[in-house]
Amino acid sequence: MKITFDWLKDHLSVSAKEEKLIEKLTDIGLEVESVENLSEGLGLFKVAKILKTEKHPNADRLKVCDVDVGEKEIKKVVCGAPNAREGLITVYAPPGAVIPKNKTKLVIAKIRDVTSYGMLCSESELNLSEESDGITELSSSKYNKSIGKSFFTQSSSNLIDLSITPNRPDCLGVRGIARDLAASGFGKLKQIKEQKIKSKKSQTVKVKITNEKNQGCFSFGSCLVTNVKNTESPKWLRDKLISIGQKPISAIVDITNYVMIDINRPLHAYDADKIAKGIIVRNSKFGEEFTALDNKNYKLKDDMCVISDDKGVLGLGGIIGGTRSGTEMDTQNVLIESAYFDPRSIRKTSKELNIDTDAKFRFERGIDQLSIEEGLNKAAFLIKEICGGEISKIDIQKISTFKNQIIKFDPNSFEKVTGFKVLTKDMLKILDNLGFTCKKDKKIFKLTIPSWRPDITQEIDVVEELVRIAGYDKIKMEEPIKERKKSTLTQTQKLFHFLQRSVASKGYLEAITWSFTDAKYNDHFKGQNNELKIVNPISSELGVLRNSIFSNLIMYMSKNIDRGFKDLSIFEIGPTFFGKQPGEQNIIVCGLAAGKKSRLSWLEKERNVDVFDIKKDVVQTLVEVGYDSEKFFIDDETPNYYHPGKSGRLFLNRGKENVAAYFGEIHPNIIKQIDMKTESLVGFEIFLDNLKLPKKSLKDQKTKYSVSDYQKSERDFAFIVDKKIKVQDLVNVISNVDKNLISNIKVFDVYEGDNIPENQKSIAISVTIQSQEKTLKEADLDQINKSIIETVENKTGAKIRS
Amino acid sequence: MSDIKNIRDQFVSKLKNELSLDEINLIKTELFGKNGQISSLFKTVGSIPESDRKSFAADLNKIKDELQSLISEKIKEIETKEISQKLEKERVDITLPGRSFVRGKIHPVSQTIDEISSIFSEIGFSVEEGPDVENEYNNFTALNTPDNHPARDMHDTFYLDENKEVLLRTHTSPVQIRTMLKDKPPFKIIAPGRTYRSDSDQTHAPMFHQVEGLHIDKNINMGHLKGCLNYFIKEFFEVEKIKMRFRPSHFPFTEPSAEVDIGYEIKDGKIVIGEGDQWLEILGCGMVHPNVLKNVKVDPAKYQGYAFGIGIDRLAMLKYGINDLRAFFDCDYRWLNHFGFDPLDVPTNYRGLSR
Repeated sequence: MKITFDWLKDHLSVSAKEEKLIEKLTDIGLEVESVENLSEGLGLFKVAKILKTEKHPNADRLKVCDVDVGEKEIKKVVCGAPNAREGLITVYAPPGAVIPKNKTKLVIAKIRDVTSYGMLCSESELNLSEESDGITELSSSKYNKSIGKSFFTQSSSNLIDLSITPNRPDCLGVRGIARDLAASGFGKLKQIKEQKIKSKKSQTVKVKITNEKNQGCFSFGSCLVTNVKNTESPKWLRDKLISIGQKPISAIVDITNYVMIDINRPLHAYDADKIAKGIIVRNSKFGEEFTALDNKNYKLKDDMCVISDDKGVLGLGGIIGGTRSGTEMDTQNVLIESAYFDPRSIRKTSKELNIDTDAKFRFERGIDQLSIEEGLNKAAFLIKEICGGEISKIDIQKISTFKNQIIKFDPNSFEKVTGFKVLTKDMLKILDNLGFTCKKDKKIFKLTIPSWRPDITQEIDVVEELVRIAGYDKIKMEEPIKERKKSTLTQTQKLFHFLQRSVASKGYLEAITWSFTDAKYNDHFKGQNNELKIVNPISSELGVLRNSIFSNLIMYMSKNIDRGFKDLSIFEIGPTFFGKQPGEQNIIVCGLAAGKKSRLSWLEKERNVDVFDIKKDVVQTLVEVGYDSEKFFIDDETPNYYHPGKSGRLFLNRGKENVAAYFGEIHPNIIKQIDMKTESLVGFEIFLDNLKLPKKSLKDQKTKYSVSDYQKSERDFAFIVDKKIKVQDLVNVISNVDKNLISNIKVFDVYEGDNIPENQKSIAISVTIQSQEKTLKEADLDQINKSIIETVENKTGAKIRS
Repeated sequence: MSDIKNIRDQFVSKLKNELSLDEINLIKTELFGKNGQISSLFKTVGSIPESDRKSFAADLNKIKDELQSLISEKIKEIETKEISQKLEKERVDITLPGRSFVRGKIHPVSQTIDEISSIFSEIGFSVEEGPDVENEYNNFTALNTPDNHPARDMHDTFYLDENKEVLLRTHTSPVQIRTMLKDKPPFKIIAPGRTYRSDSDQTHAPMFHQVEGLHIDKNINMGHLKGCLNYFIKEFFEVEKIKMRFRPSHFPFTEPSAEVDIGYEIKDGKIVIGEGDQWLEILGCGMVHPNVLKNVKVDPAKYQGYAFGIGIDRLAMLKYGINDLRAFFDCDYRWLNHFGFDPLDVPTNYRGLSR
């Protein structure tokens, strides 16, 4: 909502400065978005007279004009307008002036070798009208004596842009804002005596509201003004509209706009002669069409509220009028409409047709149902004053009668909610100033709600009004109590934070990427999931919910590599989605590492990051979280976006209940398809929701402390096994030989090739043997040795290497 | 006696010379070998007359000890020298780079969430969560924002179905609904998380982060709201004093509603929070609307309280001087590295939020 202080003063007696106004507006909840000086620099634009025109020596279409701008010196101005002619009084902009339309600043310029000092302006360039076919023509009788004077009346009033919250339709009119200000002690609301129509002439255009289900129009007031002469608006009206950044169009249109902005009463003006046999306000039928004033053709659905005549739809009630019945400069008889439309109906229709207009904006927030006559009175008299003609009686059709709401208000509820006291008499004063009428019933107020406040329906709404006007600065500050009754984080939340920092501590940079992604990338990583499309994405590249974090992470990894970073690790912890219902999402920790280890190192040989690097990160992270790596079970069943031979699936135990993590090289085909330039790319996904919380808390785990001080022995074995045998199984077999004595098992060599039969491999293992109870004798060790070899050979078909 | 003294003087002076390990060993043999001079003298002890024997033996022992300790000192000296020489040879250029390390970082938004949780933890709030995909009821209707209400236009919503029944939550407020439906009052929670609006330009991202706050109990009024937020803002920006302004506003789910501005000024191109006469809007809040309480079966006659919603990304930008919101989600290595936090830098109450 745009206003000026000057316009406010039509309704408010006030002597304060604009600064105070801005502060006050904000204090009472009418947020000031911006304050702009529209007329800044407009003083430079002068009324000027063309003394002489010559053809431009180097351009057929240009003229060089001698212009009298009221100074001694005659200005030479190059002008292309066909109407530039000797004797024309027009508007001159000197170098330095900023053209209102396109905000360009004029400079002294050579146009085809002739220097032009400034410019002669069209109405369009001055934002006066759409007229751009020639320079402004001012009537010589009116302006002859003004040569050299400023064309624009200097307004000291800035354009104030307010952000009015949707609950305050009353403040979409200047008067409503003035009322709020007055209630808060900023000035006094002027009592404006309403001039009422006392005509004997009847309104001859018949109006009917059909009484049908879902009728969106509750009442329709109208007034006919006959024998008018539509014209340009007088200066005061044009200035008023220009002052809030609107363009004057014609007197009739300007008047309806003026009334709408002044008292938030939207009106519509019809050319009465174009209405065929009266107006019917009814529900539309599917397929009906009409051309609206925005020059678009709309196809209607069922049950939209339309204003129609015998020939069809004239306009959408409360939203937009049609071209067929619009007023024009030659309109002779004007029918003014002042109606009330149901906000829900307005909203539904405008949403479906995607139309946004000033009227719609106001009606969907709720217009004062009792302002129908006021609007007609105001508009009709202005039309008569400016365009002449005769005013008819007001006609009002309605299908329901408005009654002011009455609500009970307990003044004690104010302190209960706000924590501070306001005296009852002060409450009454505020409410009175806001237009409430109040009857005291013992300690309870019975409040009649003003018709312009549809937002007030219950006690709490009244509390809000009171505290808003009394001032939020009166709310006392209650210091919070430092007391915790419940732990801040749940176990799962702690796990989240721990995982996040654990992964980061391994050299990964945490990224946060969109929860949506490019379907093209998602395709690679969606696995068994369905694509989850967003109906109205911001762009097609962000068209689906991500099934995996990899899609985004790999895209950004690629961008970073393109920036010249070769060796980096990034991760994200966040949601992925497997369905479109709330809760069909998982929290994943997803990481990617690219490039090499020890690149360009004088110490160590460089090598690609590989699956065992990423395995280490995953295992270490899970161990740090508190899981026992001895119990982990790993196999190679991984989703298709991993390298089938160099990736793994990790379970927290052999029960294989839920996948704790995947890790491995990213499938080379994907790297190729997305054209990523890296030596190596490995990644992992840890499924937070699948991590069962350790049964014992860390606190419990710490209590049991037992170590053995008896001597430990290490024994090395080399087995030749079938290539298909997994080391994990071999280790498991060995550890099960004697869980009490075998305390550690290490694989220190894997070898295939010379001296080893085809399809077999040699695995060298070091086993640490230690008792909790005694020092083992040589015989005990030999016994264990023997059983290790026997068990391994029996269970895996391995052969000990001699 | 004079023999003994001669031997001593002779060898003491010998041992004063620069000697190799071999030469010392030779001396050692000369003295203590099977036929060494000292050894030989010991053999004569028996033949010394009884009267002199004791003092002879004592003298001999004394000189033996003296020479032996001289020899071992000398050996130690040589060994030390040899080791030093060896070590000198092993000298490296210690300015050569060590083995390389990589540093991971925590995203500023995550760090900020931890800071926020830490602050609210101190005054008894616990953390709740809710899904990113919400139904229309929890995101709007239950929050007193019925369909066909213009307040819905305040949020540009991403929908997942044509009927507009499931959507990406436009704020964290639906967590209020979920929490209150699940448990019984009192409630004292914060809910940080991702939120989504179909809006994208220099200052808006289609995804951003909010933290919701909710405190419902008997007799919780606007004074508590003001106190809580004042405490939070002061702690978060780690300043002694804060300039804070409550402005009336409107949100369908709170009444009365307020927007909160904090005072700031620009000093040497940097924003200073808590001083100056500029205002910056940082959050929206208010008393939970009775209609919302009714929707979640909490009796508004018995219980009341406040709720607030804060933009986390915005807070992070202000605190850490980050200018561009879009960069948060661009995953630029340089940016993450610059604005990220060391993983060991966990915000805590006792150590302070930031270093």
